[in-house]
Amino acid sequence: MTDQQTSTGRDQASDGDRPLIDVHNLTKHFPVKRGIFQHGGLVVKAVDDISFSLKKGETLGIVGESGCGKSTTARLLMHLIELDSGEILLDGQAVGGKEGLAVNELRRQVQMVFQDSYSSLNPRLPIQDTIAFGPTVHGVSQQEARQRALSLLESVGLQPDQFGRRYPHELSGGQRQRINVARALALQPRVIILDEAVSALDKSVEAQVLNLLVDLKTEFDLTYIFISHDLNVVQYMSDRVLVMYLGKVVELGTVAEIYDNPRHPYTQALLQSRPSMNPEIRIDEPPITGDPPNPINPPPGCRFHTRCPFAEDVCATKEPPLYTKSGVDVADHAVACHIEEASSGHSKAQPRSGDA
Amino acid sequence: MNTSSETARSTISLPDGVEIPTGALEVRSYWQNVFQRLRRDPVTVTCLVIVLLIILMAIFAPYLAPADPYKASMLKRLAAIGTAGYPLGADELGRDMLSRLIYGGRISLLMGIIPVFVALFVGGTMGVIAGFVGGRTNMLIMRLMDVFYAFPSIMLAIAISGALGAGIGNGLLALTLVFIPPITRIAESVTTQVRSFDFVEAARASGAGSWTIIRVHVLSNVLGPVFIYATSLVSVGIIIASGLSFLGLGVSPPAADWGLMLSTLRQSIYVNPMVCALPGVMIFITSLCFNLMSDGLRSAMDVRL
Repeated sequence: MTDQQTSTGRDQASDGDRPLIDVHNLTKHFPVKRGIFQHGGLVVKAVDDISFSLKKGETLGIVGESGCGKSTTARLLMHLIELDSGEILLDGQAVGGKEGLAVNELRRQVQMVFQDSYSSLNPRLPIQDTIAFGPTVHGVSQQEARQRALSLLESVGLQPDQFGRRYPHELSGGQRQRINVARALALQPRVIILDEAVSALDKSVEAQVLNLLVDLKTEFDLTYIFISHDLNVVQYMSDRVLVMYLGKVVELGTVAEIYDNPRHPYTQALLQSRPSMNPEIRIDEPPITGDPPNPINPPPGCRFHTRCPFAEDVCATKEPPLYTKSGVDVADHAVACHIEEASSGHSKAQPRSGDA
Repeated sequence: MNTSSETARSTISLPDGVEIPTGALEVRSYWQNVFQRLRRDPVTVTCLVIVLLIILMAIFAPYLAPADPYKASMLKRLAAIGTAGYPLGADELGRDMLSRLIYGGRISLLMGIIPVFVALFVGGTMGVIAGFVGGRTNMLIMRLMDVFYAFPSIMLAIAISGALGAGIGNGLLALTLVFIPPITRIAESVTTQVRSFDFVEAARASGAGSWTIIRVHVLSNVLGPVFIYATSLVSVGIIIASGLSFLGLGVSPPAADWGLMLSTLRQSIYVNPMVCALPGVMIFITSLCFNLMSDGLRSAMDVRL
């Protein structure tokens, strides 16, 4: 049944421009427990009403500070945590419910690589069994799953006969992360979510794994969601970038637009805070100061207004939607800032002009 | 072994036309590693040999005992060690100590091992469920265990066998009930810890159901620590069983049981202390060996060594 479904799904994807993953108004609020028995009614707005789409074959980078909801978004996409509201469409099909795509089928088509390469591998299982586990769950025979695991070890650059029977503690961090990638590939997914997949590795190993990911992408015809706090790595890997702040999308656009023409003050500050090889463009003062506000009780209006150098009254009262310039597709560049919209009431807002 | 692993290796021709040998490659599995390390640990090996000898002694008691353990003799009461015909002396009724010690191991080992295994199964299951499901289920199971936990284990065993009456069956039941809470607690805490690791979430992301995740990913990590803890309980079981017999709640006279023998001989401790101490020595050796074995097992199973 799954075979037929996926094959028809792939045909449809190739002829249309339909996004592979389409997320509408995704929201997840975690209740805050105040005691054993009572819920205080407070919620952490981890992911609040975000929408984006992902074209087949592209890499979408997601950046933001710790706690901005990057990882929650990833887990929501995998249905590892239940979403409060919103909708995830995989290749035009809604996930969950009676009519929609089964969650298990979603998890076959979308896989994830976790940040902590050590805790994401079972220390008691030889790595070939770890890789073969997914396929056997989906009904592939032991023998075939084992074969798939060994050939995937080869694909991620590890000698199958040397590494297959080893245990995770016998491998280095980079090797373990390769195993995690192989495990994700074992179900032959179409999308892989890389949740800080290279952040824990040192720079030289990180580069090797990144190059491996680039190669695998073409080899297996993959689509990536690349979550990271490292702006340089995201720039290297991504086609489009989504910037998150406190559970909201603040800016979304192609990698060229985001890095060369950042519109949102937060994105601008993020990019300025990157360490630079060139001493001329290093800055002494941090572009923004302080910590992000408490996500339990986020500020009204624009969530960034408490730290924004351009904040005005309108920012504290009215929440900016994702504005786009005329003639620009939402997918190419959209900014959630009042400065971008002439009618917003912000004094710096210029009607359809260039830089603010 | 060596040649077969070499031929197994040569059959691999990767990357195209992958061929997998069904036999094991030369790399050892986890349990083989554990066994290797255990074998190199002289203390554990010695203890294992002693325990095996005691178990064999208990099983083949009728063939090994030189005399009838129940035949009393007024003349030989509390005979000293080395008396002709009584190599380890005689007890307060003139029964042969060596024969009684050999038979006594039967009940003591039974009381030490069976409750631990039953409790390992029941407590382990409850602990893994509590730890894996979490939430209210966890609270329900663990608070129930805490109620039992509030009593010292020997008091609880005495209370249960006191309420049910003396006898081996009730003694076994009492010990099992005493051991379930601590094993549940260990299993729960290890499971809770394992569940928080990303590999459980990764398994769920692979589409596996809870049962498969428990079977493949949780049990392999939980069983080891719980089993180690359980082996250390065997010695506690033997001691509590002795205590129950000592109080007249476990086995009843004239049965030969180390604990009961210690109890009845204590009145004669000033007459012949050497003979009176013998059942205690047996309990001491057996429980010490079980404890040292569980220590050895723990270090052998630590993968990070």
